[in-house]
Amino acid sequence: MSDQVEIQFDLEVDARGLSCPMPVVKARQALKELEPGQVLRVVATDRGSIKDFQGWAQSASDFELLAQHEVEEEGRKLYLHYLRKTA
Amino acid sequence: MKENQMEKSVGEAGTANGAGGASELAERIKKLEQRVEELSRRVPEDKVAMVVFSGDLDRVLAAFVIATGAAAMGMEVTMFFTFWGLSAIRKGKKLAGKNFMQKMMALMSPASTRGLGVSKLNFFGMGAKMLRAMMKKQGVSSLEELMELARELGVRFVSCDMSQQVMGISDGELMEGVEFGGVGTFLGEALRARTALFI
Repeated sequence: MSDQVEIQFDLEVDARGLSCPMPVVKARQALKELEPGQVLRVVATDRGSIKDFQGWAQSASDFELLAQHEVEEEGRKLYLHYLRKTA
Repeated sequence: MKENQMEKSVGEAGTANGAGGASELAERIKKLEQRVEELSRRVPEDKVAMVVFSGDLDRVLAAFVIATGAAAMGMEVTMFFTFWGLSAIRKGKKLAGKNFMQKMMALMSPASTRGLGVSKLNFFGMGAKMLRAMMKKQGVSSLEELMELARELGVRFVSCDMSQQVMGISDGELMEGVEFGGVGTFLGEALRARTALFI
């Protein structure tokens, strides 16, 4: 997890309560809506999503994983993923 | 062997002069281009090829989690349904046109994904119902949702023609948009795929 600096984003995907593979699938669908340079924020409760986004970012050529944050909300952990579309 | 020949011709091209050298060089480039094209046809692409042989709910589910995940990650996914796996892409059951044994088989096998059992602790379908309930509680997408999603993401569904014939399953019993093929179709995809799975 990188330092918790506020990152500006253009679009947010709410993947709360969704489990594998849905956070990744929702993110892919949302990325289609973005222009290169824009940032997508994915809010997930699925713990596995941290590694899933890292794995995806390794093989992807059209976005980069800017940061991943972990925050608390109403007693549960939220995993925030910031993706910047590159192409 | 081929490399040795190449080195030799590089040496020759290097020492040749004038018009003869230029045409020889052009020839060499042409050969190299051919070689590069040959090789690029053998490099795996961002593809996943899957054989879905099983008709167990848990296994088919795993296949579709991988398929949708891979498609979302930008891979081209092709799923080949064969034998028991054909139950996953069935939309119904018709007995007309089947011989006795095919009818018996049809009567005893699921007519759609709703009838799929689990590979362990099935207890005549109780296990499958429990698994579905447990998945729902945990917010996991159902098999039907994942399949719908797979279609949206462009996952190709190919039915094994041979199993269809053996089991007497007509095209009309399968979901819309299913392609038909055989082992050649699968291998054609699998040989170019980064990942090939048998489920």
